[in-house]
Amino acid sequence: MASYSTNEFKSGLKIMLDGDPYSIVENEFVKPGKGQAFSRVKVRNLKTGRVIERTFKSGDTVEGADVMDVDMQYLYNDGEFWYFMDQASFEQVSADATSVGDSSQWLKEQDVCQLTLWDGVPISVTPPNFVELEITETDPGVRGDTSGGGGKPATLETGAVVRVPLFIQPGEVIKVDTRTGAYVSRVR
Amino acid sequence: MQATLRRPGIDRAILRQRAEMLARIRHFFAAREVLEVETPVLSGAAVTDPNLTSLTSCFNGPGSRNGQTLYLHTSPEFAMKRLLAAGSGDIYQIAKVFRDGELGRHHSPEFTLLEWYRVGFDHQRLMDDVSALIRQITPASVPLTEQRYRYRELFRLHLGLDPLQTTVDELANCAQANDIVVPSGMPRADRDIWLDLLLTHCIEPQLNPAQLTFIYDYPASQAALARIRADEPPIAERFELYWGGVELANGFHELNDPAEQRRRFEADNHIRAQRGLPLMPLDEPLLAALSCLPDCAGVALGLDRLLMVMTGKTRLADVITLPFE
Repeated sequence: MASYSTNEFKSGLKIMLDGDPYSIVENEFVKPGKGQAFSRVKVRNLKTGRVIERTFKSGDTVEGADVMDVDMQYLYNDGEFWYFMDQASFEQVSADATSVGDSSQWLKEQDVCQLTLWDGVPISVTPPNFVELEITETDPGVRGDTSGGGGKPATLETGAVVRVPLFIQPGEVIKVDTRTGAYVSRVR
Repeated sequence: MQATLRRPGIDRAILRQRAEMLARIRHFFAAREVLEVETPVLSGAAVTDPNLTSLTSCFNGPGSRNGQTLYLHTSPEFAMKRLLAAGSGDIYQIAKVFRDGELGRHHSPEFTLLEWYRVGFDHQRLMDDVSALIRQITPASVPLTEQRYRYRELFRLHLGLDPLQTTVDELANCAQANDIVVPSGMPRADRDIWLDLLLTHCIEPQLNPAQLTFIYDYPASQAALARIRADEPPIAERFELYWGGVELANGFHELNDPAEQRRRFEADNHIRAQRGLPLMPLDEPLLAALSCLPDCAGVALGLDRLLMVMTGKTRLADVITLPFE
């Protein structure tokens, strides 16, 4: 993997720090008038999502991280791993619970997710922004209520629990925003 | 009226404020009989400071059959000192200057510097002058308080250590205690790099952005072109001004000992050699003139940064007309 000098730093650049892959969030050039220049960067750990600050001497180099984002189709879960397929090459990868994290509650077979691969191995899984999922369990609908005010919890086919309007019935399919976990609309 | 013309980097309000700032500066100096001068941007010699990189160009023409390397000045200091040595008296210059490698929120490779020299002043009196200038050109609506700290005092105050005597190990521990993950490759032999790290990361963010903060009396190792006073330990008669969270100006009680100046230039080139940087040709005309340099103090003030702070902007690119891309 290539290494990068501080002159090449920009947001989005993937670099290795302490054995983990990071993405540069922000890069600030710092220099006292007559002194040493530094690059003060905010970097996000691509495995944990945590953002930390680091300082480099201007001109220092750091190893690049072999990290890429790819779109892959979710196939199934065998109880331990989640399996995804590259729709062009039909290659499959398996992601463990750490890398899938909370995204697991939105994963529906056939949906296309974005996987972050580090040295070819998934380190994070991002579901589509919107998913359509069937309601498996919720209190029976209240007729006449179409306001959407109030609401009630509903369990979806993937196990996720979201708040839905009172008129929504078990067995219905709803659209959910996975970034906020909020109900968007009925489907059909 | 539309505030912004339909071009990025052209803000009509800023254009007007810049013009007003320049007019007030010229008025300030005219009232004090400080002469405006112009000196060449191009020079065959260059600054030796290992932390400054000159942009280079090449002249091809009469007398330079194979091309003559010319450096774009990083400040008009050397040329202006030759004028002072020739008896110009008090002088100022508003100059575009150039620095390779410097680009960021508060840095641009090309920027406008106001540099001036007052004969018979030391760095203390020149700080008064800087303060008076800023008060005169700042809109009356901006309240201005002022604070002056010795470099040493400031480190004691914010970090509880003496920057002139503390060992590199202690400086490194201090950086760690302040949650700085120390960059790899920080040379143990170079105390100033550690002081710069602590100054930029721990002290500068704590300076009150609303007030003019002068830092003065620097470590002798950071004298640059300032006189060194024979205190114990010795002190460089140098100051910096901070306002709005950024460093605006750097001033010296000017060194006028040509032998000492040559030693410093050569020491700079020695450090350059160690770091694998190109050696810079010394400014011999300056060295030849320096023995005639009158007792004086000089300061360089970044006008783009000053305009940025006065207008409440946060990026240099917001106030530079057609910023660097």
